[in-house]
Amino acid sequence: MTTYVPDIDTAEPAPQVRRSPARKVLTNPLGLASLIVILLITALGLLAPILSSHDPNFASLKEVNAPVGTPGYLLGADGSGRDILARVLASINVSMISAVIGAGVAVILGTVFGLISGYVGKRTDAATSWVFNLMMTFPSLVLVIILFPVTGGSYQITIAIFGLFLAPGIFRLVRNLVVGVRNELYVDAARVAGLPARRILSRHIFYVIRGPIIIATAFMAGAAINVQAGLAFLGLGSNRVPSFGAMTADAFLNIYAQPLQILWPSLFLALLTGSFVLLGNAYRDALATGGVNKVRRRRLQPAPTDPDHTPSLTQRDSEPSLLHVSNLRVGYPQADGRVKPVVQGISFDVAPGEVVGLVGESGSGKTQTAFAVLGLLPSDAQIQADAMVLADESLVGPGAKSIRRLRGGVVSYIPQEPMSNLDPSFTVGSQLVEGLTAGGSRQEAKATVLELLARVGIPDPARTFRSYPHQISGGMAQRVLIAGAIASRPKLLIADEPTTALDVTVQAEILDLLRDLQAEYGMAILLVTHNFGVVADLCDRVMVMSSGRIVETGDVRAIFHAPQDPYTRSLLNAILDEDTPRIRATTADHPKETQS
Amino acid sequence: MTALLQIDDLRLSYRSPGWRRKATEVLHGISLHIDAGETLGLVGESGSGKTTIGRAVLGLATPDSGSIQFEGREISGHTSRERRQLARDIQVVFQDPYTSLNLALQIADIISEPLIAQGGTPHDARSQVKRLLDQVGLPADAGNRFPREFSGGQRQRVAIARALALSPKLVVCDEPVSALDLTTQALVLDLFAEIQRQTNVAYLFITHDLAVVRHISDRVAVLYRGDIVETGPTASVTSSPTNEYTRELLLAAPVADPDLQRERREARRQLREIAAG
Repeated sequence: MTTYVPDIDTAEPAPQVRRSPARKVLTNPLGLASLIVILLITALGLLAPILSSHDPNFASLKEVNAPVGTPGYLLGADGSGRDILARVLASINVSMISAVIGAGVAVILGTVFGLISGYVGKRTDAATSWVFNLMMTFPSLVLVIILFPVTGGSYQITIAIFGLFLAPGIFRLVRNLVVGVRNELYVDAARVAGLPARRILSRHIFYVIRGPIIIATAFMAGAAINVQAGLAFLGLGSNRVPSFGAMTADAFLNIYAQPLQILWPSLFLALLTGSFVLLGNAYRDALATGGVNKVRRRRLQPAPTDPDHTPSLTQRDSEPSLLHVSNLRVGYPQADGRVKPVVQGISFDVAPGEVVGLVGESGSGKTQTAFAVLGLLPSDAQIQADAMVLADESLVGPGAKSIRRLRGGVVSYIPQEPMSNLDPSFTVGSQLVEGLTAGGSRQEAKATVLELLARVGIPDPARTFRSYPHQISGGMAQRVLIAGAIASRPKLLIADEPTTALDVTVQAEILDLLRDLQAEYGMAILLVTHNFGVVADLCDRVMVMSSGRIVETGDVRAIFHAPQDPYTRSLLNAILDEDTPRIRATTADHPKETQS
Repeated sequence: MTALLQIDDLRLSYRSPGWRRKATEVLHGISLHIDAGETLGLVGESGSGKTTIGRAVLGLATPDSGSIQFEGREISGHTSRERRQLARDIQVVFQDPYTSLNLALQIADIISEPLIAQGGTPHDARSQVKRLLDQVGLPADAGNRFPREFSGGQRQRVAIARALALSPKLVVCDEPVSALDLTTQALVLDLFAEIQRQTNVAYLFITHDLAVVRHISDRVAVLYRGDIVETGPTASVTSSPTNEYTRELLLAAPVADPDLQRERREARRQLREIAAG
């Protein structure tokens, strides 16, 4: 029996404290404030019977236009002698009911049909989308007004109809989100596990869409309140229903005599709708920052280097080296203020015309090292080195900016993902020509590019020149990028996992090409890879990296045949044996053998 | 004796979206079989249709014609209700352990999902989870943690535990170790082999990596552009292939030894020259 040791790549991450978006809203001052305002106003509405002694529609001729502070009439009375406080409190309830009905109808209809449409797809999707698109074209406010005779003036029904027309917005949102997650592997896994569609939707898919739905709901609640108030302001609806709209309309008639009367309804209306919008915004912000460490785009800027360190050229040995790196350290500042080191003081040299492999597992810092040399690390990376000299130009210290000049001329780069390194909106040719026109005319550059494309083994250079990246295969795209990289006849080519994304037969061709080009141009190659086969194929010398340090370096044969470091040995041992196909050595007692 | 899984003349095409677009056939009549407790390695490059075969077996892709029989019963064209019954027998481990687990769910919920879907009580499922975590070499407290707290290799162990939850007879493994580091890869492959010894589960092991296939498979089928070009016992296919594409595939994979690789490169060059005439 084998016992299982945990995977070696267990960097035992500390359990992260992830706060839910809802909790984040509470720590956002704007979110918290708007939530408190909404809750307070709601509470006022609910406590209406206790807070006011009058019926909102009870008119007393004695109290017409009573001023603020009149006993029993805290906010005064309006032009018909009705208690303004009582009417404000009643209007709050009407507004809240409008918000619930309007947003509720929109969210329920939009979510249910959005889920069905996005998940089922095909014809159902086409039909439902068509219906909702049609609904979007109706002028909802006009329609709500026209339908007034049908609704009989009931504001609830009116707002429900309005909610119907808000539904397409939610529908489109939900549908698009569902289409996005429907093909996620965990949804496939749930289908294979035998989960019914209903449970997949409620368990896996609803989780993804609930955040955006909450945001949209907050906005729609505000919209519903505004529409109800607006219609009432226009005088549509029963005048027995107190509402901010009706109150502003009444106060409007009185604006010269009693200007204060218009303040109360507008104040509460603004607070309420404003709070809903701000709450939605706060939730959106909470979701946006809630994502797990988002990948930052690498910016094409030389990263800041430590000015305290000056290159110490004297330390170099007499052997001429093309690239000399001494005590390179790369770290990233963490949220808690510490700096997380990813490269911990490595030194190496690359001689002219030498092919050096930089090998390691994920997280070993091999790509960080290559990017540090290229000056392509993100701007928050902290890079320090005692010396980093490329073709007699120092990359650290006073002349640090020179990497931009060296890039292309002295050093070139081949990336791992050829496709994502070509701009899909431009033809292959125009992208290559762009890099060359600095020196000569466009015609000359085009001729050079066609020559280069032929050199890297592209069968029909003219056609590839005119093609867009999506029209060529991954192997062709990598050839195109190699053509771009060698265009300036660099002295050093840095290749970051150049064949990892390619099929094995294509990989072999690309390796052949790199070998031929290396021999022809006499350039040095720094090959970053995890694949020992690729190293064995191409490299003269190997450096093995682990946790930011070079643990072993040596001639390729020495590394493969007599590895010194235990880590190198464990890596080599992990290579699946080439020559012994699966022999059930340990399966003598296997039930299968006796079965058949 | 009927095979556990028998695929005959399977044809499948994908229709690109749009009005009256022509469908592209990606499988041109595939036939293969897997016996109980056996591992069939399905090797091919991108676009060869290897993943599509797996998806057809899992019911995630609908074949145009041909038959897929499981224990003698036809399973292609099953309704989703019938398909759910089959979840007890056929399970899956996908390539990418980062997207095949729902990041919002705890490990225990992920693993118990198939159990509960098949009518298990949450209490039973919880106790099963403990056994499954142990089986795939994860600590018992992993259950109430979230996927993001685990490395790629550990996540793949979670995916394996989920696949094993219903004690299936066949697991479709779609490039399950391709996203993993070398050392992790070896450990996970050992785990697959160990589980097979314990439970006699059969694997349809889909991969592009010949070294992986050689390590895990009893038999190999080589797929090229929607056709199986060669099939046979692992030893004979990977040491003395009869098909020219298989030979090229074998020689293209670089071997981790500078001198052997030089020989292999020469052999490949000669093969090319012969092919070119």
